[in-house]
Amino acid sequence: MQGQIVRTEPATELIEGQHTYETVTHKIGSVVLSYRHPRAWYVVTAIAAFFVFVLITSIAWLLLRGVGIWGINQPVGWGFAIINFVWWIGIGHAGTLISAILLLLRQQWRTSINRFAEAMTIFAVMCAGMFPLLHVGRPWVAYWLLPIPNWTGAWPQFRSPLIWDVFAVTTYFTVSLLFWFTGLIPDLATLRDRAKNRLAQVIFGVLAMGWRNSAKHWHRYESAYLLLAGLSTPLVVSVHSIVSLDFAVSLIPGWHTTIFPPYFVAGAIYSGFAMVLTLVIPIRALYKMQDFLTMKHLDWMAKIMLATGLIVFYGYIMEIFTALYSANQYEQYLITNRFFGPYAPFFWALLICNGLIPQVLWSPKVRQNVVLLFIISLIVNVGMWLERFVIVVTSLHRDFLPSSWGMYVPTIWDWGLYLGTIGFFTFMMFLFVRFVPMISIFEMRDLLHQTDRHHAAPATGAAVTPAASTEVTP
Amino acid sequence: MGDKRHRPLNLEEIRKRLAQARGAQYWRSLEELADSEEFQQILEKEFPRQSSPLGAFLHRRQFLKLMGASLALAGLTSCRPLPMRKIVPQVQQPEEMIPGRPLYFASAFPFGGYGRGVLVESHEGRPTKIEGNAKHPASPGAQGVLNPQAPAQLNPDGTPKHLGATDAFTQASILTLYDPDRSQSPMYQGQLSAWTDFNAALTAEMAKQAAVRGAGLRILTETVTSPTLAALMEELLKKFPQAKWHQYEPVHADNAYEGAKIAFGEPVHTVYRFDRADVILSLDADFLYGAPASVRYAHDYASRRRVRSGTAEMNRLYVVESTPSVTGSAADHRLPLRPSQVQAFALALARALGVPVSAPQLPAEQQKWVDAVARDLQAHRSRSVVVAGESLPPAIHALVHAINHVLGNVGQTVLYTAPVEAQPVNHTQSLRELVQDMTAGKVEVLIILGGNPAYNAPADLEFARVLKELTQRNGFTVHLSLYEDETSALCLWHIPESHYLEAWGDVRAFDGTVSVIQPLIEPLYPSRSAYEMVDALLGRQRTGYDIVQAYWSKRLGTANFQKTWRRILHDGVVPGTALPPKPVKIRTEAVVAAQKTPAPAEELEVVFVPDPTVWDGRFANNGWLQELPKPLTHLTWDNAIFVSPATAQRLGLQMDTGGLANMVDVVELRLRGEKLRAPIWIMPGQPDDCVTLALGYGRTRAGRVGTGIGYNAYKVRFSDALWTASGATLAKTGDRYPLASTQQHHSMQGRDLVHVGTLQEFRQNPEHLVKKHSAEGEHLSLYPEHKWDGNAWAMVIDTSLCIGCNACVTACQAENNIPIVGKEQVARGREMHWIRIDRYYEGNLDNPSTHLLPVPCMQCENAPCEPVCPVGATNHSEEGLNQMVYNRCVGTRYCSNNCPYKVRRFNFLKYNDPKEPVLQLLSNPDVTVRGRGVMEKCTYCVQRINAARIEAKKLGREVQDGEVITACQAACPTHAIVFGNMNNRESLVAQLKQQPHHYGLLEELNTRPRTTYLAKVRNPNPELEGA
Repeated sequence: MQGQIVRTEPATELIEGQHTYETVTHKIGSVVLSYRHPRAWYVVTAIAAFFVFVLITSIAWLLLRGVGIWGINQPVGWGFAIINFVWWIGIGHAGTLISAILLLLRQQWRTSINRFAEAMTIFAVMCAGMFPLLHVGRPWVAYWLLPIPNWTGAWPQFRSPLIWDVFAVTTYFTVSLLFWFTGLIPDLATLRDRAKNRLAQVIFGVLAMGWRNSAKHWHRYESAYLLLAGLSTPLVVSVHSIVSLDFAVSLIPGWHTTIFPPYFVAGAIYSGFAMVLTLVIPIRALYKMQDFLTMKHLDWMAKIMLATGLIVFYGYIMEIFTALYSANQYEQYLITNRFFGPYAPFFWALLICNGLIPQVLWSPKVRQNVVLLFIISLIVNVGMWLERFVIVVTSLHRDFLPSSWGMYVPTIWDWGLYLGTIGFFTFMMFLFVRFVPMISIFEMRDLLHQTDRHHAAPATGAAVTPAASTEVTP
Repeated sequence: MGDKRHRPLNLEEIRKRLAQARGAQYWRSLEELADSEEFQQILEKEFPRQSSPLGAFLHRRQFLKLMGASLALAGLTSCRPLPMRKIVPQVQQPEEMIPGRPLYFASAFPFGGYGRGVLVESHEGRPTKIEGNAKHPASPGAQGVLNPQAPAQLNPDGTPKHLGATDAFTQASILTLYDPDRSQSPMYQGQLSAWTDFNAALTAEMAKQAAVRGAGLRILTETVTSPTLAALMEELLKKFPQAKWHQYEPVHADNAYEGAKIAFGEPVHTVYRFDRADVILSLDADFLYGAPASVRYAHDYASRRRVRSGTAEMNRLYVVESTPSVTGSAADHRLPLRPSQVQAFALALARALGVPVSAPQLPAEQQKWVDAVARDLQAHRSRSVVVAGESLPPAIHALVHAINHVLGNVGQTVLYTAPVEAQPVNHTQSLRELVQDMTAGKVEVLIILGGNPAYNAPADLEFARVLKELTQRNGFTVHLSLYEDETSALCLWHIPESHYLEAWGDVRAFDGTVSVIQPLIEPLYPSRSAYEMVDALLGRQRTGYDIVQAYWSKRLGTANFQKTWRRILHDGVVPGTALPPKPVKIRTEAVVAAQKTPAPAEELEVVFVPDPTVWDGRFANNGWLQELPKPLTHLTWDNAIFVSPATAQRLGLQMDTGGLANMVDVVELRLRGEKLRAPIWIMPGQPDDCVTLALGYGRTRAGRVGTGIGYNAYKVRFSDALWTASGATLAKTGDRYPLASTQQHHSMQGRDLVHVGTLQEFRQNPEHLVKKHSAEGEHLSLYPEHKWDGNAWAMVIDTSLCIGCNACVTACQAENNIPIVGKEQVARGREMHWIRIDRYYEGNLDNPSTHLLPVPCMQCENAPCEPVCPVGATNHSEEGLNQMVYNRCVGTRYCSNNCPYKVRRFNFLKYNDPKEPVLQLLSNPDVTVRGRGVMEKCTYCVQRINAARIEAKKLGREVQDGEVITACQAACPTHAIVFGNMNNRESLVAQLKQQPHHYGLLEELNTRPRTTYLAKVRNPNPELEGA
């Protein structure tokens, strides 16, 4: 089958340097099995751990005092919590897109980044999931949002988009986790076999679930992985569409917009790829993975960012056009307020971050410049956060009755929780890098196999199980 | 005990002290007798709360949590710690006492000396809510006004069918009863003391005074209208002929009495009949708010503005005023003038109407006003009223009497009676005499009954200093008051006063009608009423009940007294005590002679007004009133100096409304050498070069809620310039100060929120008053329309009638256990009021029109809040109520976001956290107390609906129209709020919904609100319209 793949790009650019199956396995596997790590790993992990404490403190104080410690009020009932929720969920989307959709589309370049992106998805969804749970007034009864049979016969209210959210996000998290774990199993077996430490052997052994590299295993693995990819694919579209319905279903000007689902999905992929770049660029340098995470990868991710960024920008324009064309005074006021109201700096910053600056990605030179790409990816992350801020806050703070208009100013606890989740995310990502192969070893070997560089010719006749020939354990 | 202060007991001294003591003196230990410092320390340890009240004060912010006015329901069995003894349970239920069913008792709320009739709701012995007594002239009910065929007086369950109206002060007065900061014990020199000690000391002092016929005895009271108290005082003065009775209250109608003396030679009292007036002119008189008769006047004024299809008649209100007021905002035409200009205006008007005075030349625009108003008044002779405000000098009051005389209004719309007050004296003069006597050393015993003169006396009288010196000179100074306040601190003795809901008394209303004040509960703390205090001065120990009953049995005669007495208590009024109109003769020459041409003041003029919520400072510790958004400004927890936009521009003063709180400039006001630092408020409609200062703030010993907030305007209030002064300067200090206001935006942004039209337009084309939107009345859904069978509760609010007096807001707070949240939370936008009064300005900045819109929950039939709740905590009842299930609410706040009216309120923090047990008594047991993290909102007083439904069910019939009265509806003085079943075609609410000027707020959203409005109809004078 591999032979049928039409390569649009020379695969040589997907792996650089002189590699054999063994060097690939060693290069990626040793990061996990080695005790020595770059000093930067310790520094970043320590800083991230500090923010995990910030997160714990913020949550403890929140549970003790109530959501009043935040800046939310009447009329802005949702603030940082929902902004951050949407932002994190969006970030997660790149992972699913890369691992599922690109798999189905047989995009080989996904191989080097899919593990990483999937981990990012899981941690991002964890961060995202915290917010709706904590932002409710009585978090100890938040489980009422789940359809748990109970003697009172009280069920969730299925008309509410928040319930759809619960289903969408929990499904998303479950499938993403399964997908990620399934993809890890052959690698875990590799690590089990290569580990010298008894504890590592046991842990990796348990996690490898008895993987013995038999053809049957590979057959089942491939089927399961494909099925999960098929399951994940609609989730890429559905999760953020449903998140957008939280807003679109309401009648608040600025929320009540039919364009929201596609516009949110595009935004999610946009921010997700930005986050992948933000993470990949430093880690690639840190662990000298330039051979596997090549400039080609970065280039293509930058192109996807450019494309989705333009879709998002189209969304902005359509929002403005709809408001002007609708002759609805509330919608029109909303647009005026976004451009010139008290939160106008946020809106302008959003246009610059999301609309203007990413246009430099049209230039191949920029896409080849790692530092610039890193900066742009950060800017897009900020821009996408601003987008959610503008949607949530500027729509709510001035709606229908001017008497109720108000302002929203976040407090230190809003920031504490937000920075805390960033810390948590970073912490988890760095632990992931340390304890799990950050790039799929066996898929890389497969890729190597297909690039025809290791063997003179592909195995004849029957389909070759991926990397079968390398399963020689020391 | 190695303390330096430890001294051995001086037994000799103790012996001496015991020998000196008169009467029985009880002592617990030798230490007590020695009054040693050790003993004081023990005392402090035992009663840390009383030992040093200031030291024990919680921070005000913390206290707000305690004051959360509504509380847990459990364990509310008693209000005072009861002795541990065996008790016998009630084998037979006392008559009329059904657990869970409230009883109503008639009483009266004395405020500024005048009574407002109340019906107090009592749950198992604890008062929880105050309603107006419809039988009382100062708290009129809706009966006969809204529906001439109104049926019987009582509901089948005995609850009053027709509750009377009230004002915000009356509603909030119940919170003061349960205020944990109330004084609870006598204090001697700031230390905890015993009643026996006080009684002994008082007996001794009175015996000394008896020897000198009371030459050194002075009594200082506030305004007294109580017949019983007046009789006691008379008796006291008879017994001590050399003693003197002084009265002082910072807000008192001195100028009105002085004016009447000029005009008639005697201090007559004026009663207006606005229900008979077609044209009303107010000269700086805020007669719709705060005055003893305001509720009645608002009721009467509104009775002539109820514009309905077919009966479109309206009165017309002109207001000329120097500070924007509730009355001014209700006016058809409002002219902002400085105080000196108001006087000139009055003179010019008098001249135009034929009073022979010389009038100064007015600017053209004012002259146009004078001409137009004069013509209008002339055209409505004997059906017009001109009212003068207290801020005007006596001569202008006299002039206004002359104007009413010339217009033939006397006997028609203006009635004169004998003074309602027992002894109408000029309060400032009275206090000045007292201060002179005190300074001259003539005063040995000073008994201050209520009031807080050390805080609120005019600055130049220096009452606080004189009082302190008197106390230091061993003067026997006693202060009887609810709180241990600024005055108490300077007196030898402080004696706790009983709240009106726990003591017997009587009081006259604005028209003289007497009500017996009936207590609802035993005093929460050992305390005395003024009646008992004066009785004690007379050497007696009668209870308040005996005192009041003895007076009335004497006055009413013994025949059938018990029956009459029961009737009086039941009805809340003593029949036939309203003062009859008194024939008076106007002395025009004297009036003319008294007039002076007002000097055109070039500098800044200053106007003093009582604060619209804390009044003269007496309600400073009342959290409900502190957090009540002040009419027009919607400011809470502070007072500010009102400055007109043009003056602010001239002085470079800023008010930044962009953030959470309003950041405003702090200015320094100088007046006659006194300085005052205060934040400003840029007030549209304020006359230029004229600033308004609100009294009542800057308290130093108000309690945990009211201490240290706002500025004290009394510092620059002088006895010869009580209400207006000129010659002030205002300087920017560079400091800024946050003010918490509940409404930051004042323009309707071109949206159709309050529909406004003129009477002329209404007559010609009533439908065109309201701009219709496409969605109205159409069925815009894919689903079949829901059929609303049975009761369909609905509300109609007549925006023509709303004067923005806030009575509904406070009534709702009291009824529904709504907590207060404090200034910081208000600034964050987290106030909890279930009903709010939106105020929008229209027109120019210098004199805008004001439009008011009371906004409770709209109870939408297509409620946007309902489908978005993930747990179904808010849903619809069969009867159309959008209801909240607090227990089910998880607090996502999605409902609030999706509410286009933003009427939902969220418990962001634990606002209901009563640590003071006494506050737990206040809660309405029929309403759930909401905890942290739960959404809440207006329920249409569902507890009242349910009570009525249960009664109706028992009788096997439907709920009748008028049987359910919501708290806001009952309180509304103008009866602008009508509630009922709109499926009942006969109901008033259904009829109002058929009116041509009926509309729903934001109807274009297809929310189908049940709460709807009648458009605001104005009655402008065509001559002035467009001016």
